[in-house]
Amino acid sequence: MLSPTDTTPRSATISVLVDNESGVLARVIGLFSGRGYNIDSLTVAPVDAAGLHSRINVVTSGTSMVIEQIKAQLDRLVPVHRVADLTMEGPHVARELALIKVIGTGEQRVEAMRIADTFRAHVVDTTLGSFVFELTGATDKIDAFIELMRDLGLAEVSRSGIAALARGSRVI
Amino acid sequence: MSAELTQSGAEILLRALKDQGVEVIFGYPGGAVLPIYDALFKQNAIRHILVRQEGGAVHAAEGYARSTGKVGVVLVTSGPGATNAVTGLVDALMDSIPIICLTGQVPTHLIGNDAFQEADTTGITRPATKHNYLVKRGEDLARIVHEAFYVARSGRPGPVVIDLPKDIVINPAPYSEPTFSHPSYRPRTDPDLGQIAKAVALMKQAKRPMIYAGGGVINSGPEASEALTKLTRLTGFPITNTLMGLGCYPASDPQFLGMLGMHGTYEANLAMHGCDMLLAVGARFDDRVTGRLNAFSQESRKIHIDIDGSSINKNVPIEVPIIADAGKALNALLAGWEASDAPVDKPALASWWRQIDEWKAKDSLKFTQAMTRGSIIKPQYAIQRLFEITRARKQEVFITTEVGQHQMWAAQHFHFEKPNRWMTSGGLGTMGYGLPAAMGVQIAHPDAMVIDIAGEASILMNIQEMGTLSQYRLPVKVFILNNQYMGMVRQWQELLHGSRYSETYSAALPDFVKLADAFHATGMRAQTVDELDDVINAMLDCPTAVIADIAVDQKENCYPMIPSGAAHNQMLLGPEHEASDIGVTDAGMALV
Repeated sequence: MLSPTDTTPRSATISVLVDNESGVLARVIGLFSGRGYNIDSLTVAPVDAAGLHSRINVVTSGTSMVIEQIKAQLDRLVPVHRVADLTMEGPHVARELALIKVIGTGEQRVEAMRIADTFRAHVVDTTLGSFVFELTGATDKIDAFIELMRDLGLAEVSRSGIAALARGSRVI
Repeated sequence: MSAELTQSGAEILLRALKDQGVEVIFGYPGGAVLPIYDALFKQNAIRHILVRQEGGAVHAAEGYARSTGKVGVVLVTSGPGATNAVTGLVDALMDSIPIICLTGQVPTHLIGNDAFQEADTTGITRPATKHNYLVKRGEDLARIVHEAFYVARSGRPGPVVIDLPKDIVINPAPYSEPTFSHPSYRPRTDPDLGQIAKAVALMKQAKRPMIYAGGGVINSGPEASEALTKLTRLTGFPITNTLMGLGCYPASDPQFLGMLGMHGTYEANLAMHGCDMLLAVGARFDDRVTGRLNAFSQESRKIHIDIDGSSINKNVPIEVPIIADAGKALNALLAGWEASDAPVDKPALASWWRQIDEWKAKDSLKFTQAMTRGSIIKPQYAIQRLFEITRARKQEVFITTEVGQHQMWAAQHFHFEKPNRWMTSGGLGTMGYGLPAAMGVQIAHPDAMVIDIAGEASILMNIQEMGTLSQYRLPVKVFILNNQYMGMVRQWQELLHGSRYSETYSAALPDFVKLADAFHATGMRAQTVDELDDVINAMLDCPTAVIADIAVDQKENCYPMIPSGAAHNQMLLGPEHEASDIGVTDAGMALV
């Protein structure tokens, strides 16, 4: 049974399979803002060849009662097919992509390149005074890379938000 | 478009409504819906009731829906027509009333262009509805209408908006027959029998059981009320109803403890507080019911039946959740109880009833009415007499209310034996609900006695609908408890804000008798207790719509009361108690 005294917030990665119709993302986002839930990350894209369904991945946080409530609220939206709490339903993989612009010259530039190698980031754009790195990975890996770039001329970041799937043969 | 399409979108729309069993539409015309009104003009299957403001149309449809169990249908124009309907839509959403609201929209090529009377209706109504649609292609029109009816009435019912651009209703469109399914929306209605068995076991073990039933039982249909009544009588458990649930269990039954919550009875609230097993059916543990959550029914093991999974574990943790239709779950519990040979602790139940009877003896709804000639009328007495006189006449009576003190007094002192007889705005608390709702009820039940118990402030919020009553000769009785104050707000100001009556005096009131006359209705007035019965009888005998202006005690407050932020066992029973006696905290003051 859920306990209202459990006030420790946890992070939850929730995947929602929805009908790919206009307004469906607004419904999901409106639900979160209207009921005061957090959105730490959100991605959405059609996921079948016919474009009939989209998958929304939301990273949110709250107490166990709040997370259960979020799932129940999502589940009752009319165009929602399935709601899965990947964090609770067993192991899962979550990845995001980031583009990171670093501006600098001389030793700073060399060091940025060296660290990028260590993180297996790709250079997708370069000028004599700047790089754009492309980095894929778990959220904390991207956080760590961005943190390191802060002293090396970090200028701009664009992140995709996470895509996530359950490990093994389970599907939602 | 193929050549054989001979019907316009508007005609297809009406055909779909007819196939969905629609007999009545409450609406108001305008530019964007002219083609629909033209199609309405050319047919006789569906009756249109012209309201005086779109908000009235939605409340009328709510009254129609709640008193019949059918879907209420509204038709309004684009822009202001749609925005005026929003309050009613949220009201229906909060109280789970099935409504289809058809809104006109500017033609598809003008959408987003800030055209005349354009509003982003689907955007505005997204959080105000269970679901909404913008019809972009004529070939989707009939399917969307059928789907909308399915969504509105299945699962937890609610309002659905269909936004109809003008070109869609003008151009020819194909028809498709009604469907009763949806690719993703398939609400669960059958209970999990494992959970039912767990629930029966908890119920059998209970020493201090309690049943708490709400509007979901009424939405589930009369069979659910019957099953609830059977189960309650079979188990011998005490039962309370929420504001929305009144009528789902016969009020005259000795096992009925009255309404619970902020203005509920002493015995209902203390039984909730002290029970060791709570069976909640079609109720949502709303803040008006629970009081301070961390003090709410702490010793009880809880079973919660609800068709909406998001209502379970929202405010109160539940040991045995049952996501199902209330009627089906109650029948399963009934069967489970009969099949189980587990013993019941009869002595414990008897001692629990002795305790409840002690609480009952407090007579928490008591009031003192001076009967000498010329005495001022107590509002509770006015409702008590209205109840007694209508009951003696054995008429089929439907009651609607506005929102405020009169609403709570009506809930306390008017008693219902059957479901669907009590229409009130519970969740949203919409002043101005009662008159248009009564209109909708009277349309559905032309021969019944329909009474709007009102306050003098609330009634003015949709007073224009007196015109509709007059046009359709609807003999609705408006029974105003006139204390010249926005009474409930005044009561809170008295109890919590040092009697500083900021802006709650109803200054410059109209003469309600003359107002009735101006609307071709009948006006009457009672100023003292000796006039009351005559006015009630005259009102009930009158063949036309009536406004009965009942002057009541201005100082009367609605008791019992659990001040916000207080617990069930911290009730104010009367004016001899003050809010400071139970220590309303700053946190409580911040609640509504």
